[in-house]
Amino acid sequence: MLQIPQAQAITGDNAPPVAVAPLTKRKVTSTVQEARIRRVFVVAGFFSVIIMGLIVLFLFKEGLGLFSTVSVSDFLFGEFWYPTYDPSDFGILPLIAGSMAVTVISSAIAVPLGVGAALYLGEVAGHRTKEILKPAVELLASLPSVVLGFVGMVVIAPLMQEWWDIPTGLNVLNASMMLAIMAIPTIASISEDALHSVPRDLVEASLALGATRFETLTRVIIPGAISGMGTGVILGMSRAMGETMVVLMVAGGAAQIPTSIFESVRPLPATIAAEMGETPFGSEHYHALFAIGIVLFILTMGFNLVAAYISQRFHQKGAATL
Amino acid sequence: MSRHSLASRHFSQNLAFAVFRLIMLTVLAALGGILIYVFIHGISAISWEFLTAEPTNSMTAGGIFPAIMGTLYLTVGAIVVALPLGVAAAIYLSEYATDGRALRVVRLGIQNLAGVPSVVFGLFGLALFVGYFHLGISIAAGSLTLGLLILPTVIGASEEALRQVPSTFREASLGLGATRWQTIRKVVLPAALPGILTGSILGIGRAAGETAPIMFTAATFYTVGLPRSPLDEVMALPYHIYVLATAGTHIEQTRSLQYGTVLVLISMVLGLSLVAIIIRTRMRKTKQW
Repeated sequence: MLQIPQAQAITGDNAPPVAVAPLTKRKVTSTVQEARIRRVFVVAGFFSVIIMGLIVLFLFKEGLGLFSTVSVSDFLFGEFWYPTYDPSDFGILPLIAGSMAVTVISSAIAVPLGVGAALYLGEVAGHRTKEILKPAVELLASLPSVVLGFVGMVVIAPLMQEWWDIPTGLNVLNASMMLAIMAIPTIASISEDALHSVPRDLVEASLALGATRFETLTRVIIPGAISGMGTGVILGMSRAMGETMVVLMVAGGAAQIPTSIFESVRPLPATIAAEMGETPFGSEHYHALFAIGIVLFILTMGFNLVAAYISQRFHQKGAATL
Repeated sequence: MSRHSLASRHFSQNLAFAVFRLIMLTVLAALGGILIYVFIHGISAISWEFLTAEPTNSMTAGGIFPAIMGTLYLTVGAIVVALPLGVAAAIYLSEYATDGRALRVVRLGIQNLAGVPSVVFGLFGLALFVGYFHLGISIAAGSLTLGLLILPTVIGASEEALRQVPSTFREASLGLGATRWQTIRKVVLPAALPGILTGSILGIGRAAGETAPIMFTAATFYTVGLPRSPLDEVMALPYHIYVLATAGTHIEQTRSLQYGTVLVLISMVLGLSLVAIIIRTRMRKTKQW
């Protein structure tokens, strides 16, 4: 802190007598005040950590109540989700399978499209084109999920049903397509940043050796950017897994383990959103929905931690580490 | 490098770049297709009455005024929660924090908060604000939930804006004898303000479009008139779309109302994002430092 020695110097014996008193007082209070202000900002900085702690606390507080009547393995591996029957069944295996199905299929669609879009933006598009297209990708990211759910339900589902003559258009494939639209911007923008952060001298060295731009891309830029691109892909998958409105409106809602992409599923977030409204506060069903929240929280947190680990562990630190 | 002829190497380059271009076009077509389709089907429903009247005939006719106002209340509430907290956290990250364990914990906390699924925020809001704090299903509970949801967005954008202020600005101010806080308040924050604004607009857009967090904390199917206090339930555009499209016996009959509501929501959300993007691009071009 810059002020402390100043304040002391002025209060020394050789200080001029007239101006000292008010100045000293002000300097000292301002130092104390500075420390207080600093503390306020430190607390604000830690606020997100506190909120994370509260989220965990309240999910577990409300969710763990279920396990006094249902065992953890019956919950996680039970094949039947009949929360309102008597006797009720709280097995979420079909719900987990539903979430996995839409996450995997949507990634299969979104990863090539997202990475391809990033490669186009980063390596093919000219400066002006890029200035228009990057905001367009950002706009895609800001489409509300309920709008995509609506489009999947009202537009895509009837078309699917008609084209392929299947019992319902509200199925794994349709939901995955809509989720992919949500995941593409995440994957594309993080991958593009990663491509951009590859040191320029490496790229120029490769081009100077006579490699084409494409050869430079596949052998220099992509190897240098792969960790960032991996982070983008995993965050995109995490987003698809946690997304609610699309799977609530488009996945069909049948709590079954899917055997084809044309079957309906009931992913974890859809189950919470669909059933919480009709559940009495504090009932067994209420606790079960919070327990699903715990599972969903742990799954997405796992994805996020892996993404954070990859971006930290394999971080490109400059030309020397390549 | 390659044993193939130059011509074949250029051919594979052109082929690959054509594929990338095609992919980009596909992505753009998805965005354009959705926007155009919704516009064509929704524009006929839009009228002055639609925007300013209340729903009538058990939601099969009339307007969506209460839903528009509800979304407005919720997003204003959310930004009132998120802006001070987010900017303060960003000031800590950019102006006070030093490398070390504490900073890593804070960063991990923010990253993970950004990755929490929106429906889990809904559960959290239900347990904490609706239940524990006895706010009930209300604007207050929904705004607090949405505010926490957009907090990482606001922090991220504000931190970036603060970091872009050159350190010479700070040094000049400190050199003139200003304290750290005076420097932040009078020099750093004003210079970072446009960037912080952009971040908040993006946050508002996100809050306006979210459905899952307000389903159990704020939104309701129908209210008589507008809410009178922050402890009242509200109608909200995203929830209105969900309800009209999935529940009730008049789903086909209200199709045009649904498209109209979707169009209003998209215009609000994308309009806000577009404004933020334009401010940001301008700022990057005209920045004096």
